[in-house]
Amino acid sequence: MQALLNNGFIRWFDNRLPVLSWTNHHMMEYPAPRNLNYAWNFGSLAGLALVLQIVTGIVLAMHYTPHADMAFDSVERIMRDVNYGWLLRYMHANGASFFFIVVYLHIARGLYYGSYKAPREVLWWLGLVILLLMMATAFMGYVLPWGQMSFWGATVITNLFSAIPLIGEPIVQWLWGGFAVGNATLNRFFSLHFLLPFVIVGVVVLHLWALHHKKSNNPLGIDYKGPQDFIPFHPYYTIKDAFGAGVFLILFAIFLFYAPNYMGHPDNYIPADPLVTPAHIVPEWYFLPFYAILRAIPDKLGGVLAMGASIFILFLLPWLDTSRIRSATFRPVFKWFFWLLMIDLVVLGFCGANPPEGFWVPLSQVATVYYFLHFLILLPLIGWFERPRPLPDSIAKPVLKA
Amino acid sequence: MKRFILSLAALAFLVPATAHAAGDQEVPPEHHWSFNGIFGTYDRAQLLRGLEVYRGVCANCHGLKYVRFRDLEAIGLSEDEVKAIAANYTVEGDVDSFGDPTTREAKPFDAFPSPFPNDEAARASNGGALPIDLSLVAKSRVHGPDYIHALIGLGYEENAEPGPTGLYHNPYMAGGYIAMPPPLFDDAVEYHDGTAATVEQMSTDVSAFLMWAAEPKLEARKAIGLKVILFLLVLTGLFYVCKRKLWANVEH
Repeated sequence: MQALLNNGFIRWFDNRLPVLSWTNHHMMEYPAPRNLNYAWNFGSLAGLALVLQIVTGIVLAMHYTPHADMAFDSVERIMRDVNYGWLLRYMHANGASFFFIVVYLHIARGLYYGSYKAPREVLWWLGLVILLLMMATAFMGYVLPWGQMSFWGATVITNLFSAIPLIGEPIVQWLWGGFAVGNATLNRFFSLHFLLPFVIVGVVVLHLWALHHKKSNNPLGIDYKGPQDFIPFHPYYTIKDAFGAGVFLILFAIFLFYAPNYMGHPDNYIPADPLVTPAHIVPEWYFLPFYAILRAIPDKLGGVLAMGASIFILFLLPWLDTSRIRSATFRPVFKWFFWLLMIDLVVLGFCGANPPEGFWVPLSQVATVYYFLHFLILLPLIGWFERPRPLPDSIAKPVLKA
Repeated sequence: MKRFILSLAALAFLVPATAHAAGDQEVPPEHHWSFNGIFGTYDRAQLLRGLEVYRGVCANCHGLKYVRFRDLEAIGLSEDEVKAIAANYTVEGDVDSFGDPTTREAKPFDAFPSPFPNDEAARASNGGALPIDLSLVAKSRVHGPDYIHALIGLGYEENAEPGPTGLYHNPYMAGGYIAMPPPLFDDAVEYHDGTAATVEQMSTDVSAFLMWAAEPKLEARKAIGLKVILFLLVLTGLFYVCKRKLWANVEH
């Protein structure tokens, strides 16, 4: 990069629009903690997944027809007649699942290493905003093929707004653009599904801005003391992220080429039929824990509020966690409760996948209560009563001594 | 750290598996299909036999609207054979110079038409039940081809009679009852290659054919996938070696 900047023309150009020195500053010389482990790969992987979704999505939109009578046929046309259309569509459908996988792992890393704590609360909030936007985008994208699950998923989820007292019904009709999920709904979902990814890109820019302003957290969770704690992002983390991207793409390719429908639902290969309700309406796997919380509450409005609260409670996490120690490595009690929360989320996932009958009902209720118990009661108490293990003096010290 | 990633990955992958839990119907036995596995491909001879079963039996009630006649060239038919098959079907033509609707012989670029002019006519001829289009049935049902094979090849009792509701007992159908009368009986079709047309043979062949109809790009997908994954393995290996080399002098 420095050699490049010695070139007269480039120096002249960079002096007027400093793209090169900016790139140098933020992607090459940018100081990153020297002790980041592979859990720190998921951020760049999420970025890769977002780019893959946007690129495949733009090409798919060139062939897709957002009309209730033609959407399903146009998707089959993509699968059969468009050159490599099957590849684009399977990349996009599986890409959505893989985007959620890496983002959930990215969030889990933040939870484990306390990345949400001061001074990174705004960084954390922006990440949650991205998650909410992703959820909206994924939901509307799933509606576009206009299969049975598309239609009934859209019906169930939009109907949630009818739980709002007084203005619920008008809101739902406003969302639908009519008196039922129909062509108007499909059209607006297509429009928004095209728009929101670019809004996500915008929030990602803010997310990275906040990150570069306060720098990365690290596995020890301690503040940096000086330049000896850092190494330049390039080449150390560019190559590490490249290796991570390779592993990600291999796993992605296995699903994409050998089990492309594994994470989908067979019913979505049946064209939407407003007169036939599927036996079990199930959302995509990445919504299952939230779906379980929704159904755990016997009251509709209560269920909707609980589901909304399950995400919004995460915005308060920096203050609900009263411990000043970031990394779970030095928090012997918190560590156990972190894994309990992960198990709780998996249990909720299973509850969401199964019909709400038999033991699944009390199980999902217990798991829902535990979810809120963890954030509202356990986290503050653990922070107050836990005796953390001694922290190292600096990032560099334990590393350089060893 | 390794444990952290592995545990999270394990947790995440457990969830989708349950989304496929079947309902109250019997799970069909697993058949060993030629298109299973990483190197699986369609058995052309089987697909041609399956096409004969579809045309001889299923097509009496079921359309195949996403499969065009010319697509059959991919399973080994010549252009002339495709034209000859298409010529057996009648499709809607343009309006004539008086503005009246016309019909014409199907051409290779047409899709297999439904035998009924519309859903109402289809229902009227089938005691109220609508025979579904079969283009995607191998993907729109849990267990796909295994399900089709079990449903039409194993599910009906011998000399099955409809119950009082006009439905036939079939444990592989959701709810255990199906409106479709047993479609297959021995020698329902005569195979061009002389294979004995038993119910088992026909149900297997037509299931494979319907899998091809639902997923015609399966072979291209698996072939490309193999190359992509081999390429990625080499690339990722190189990245790993570079990473080791670059980090060799960094204490971390």
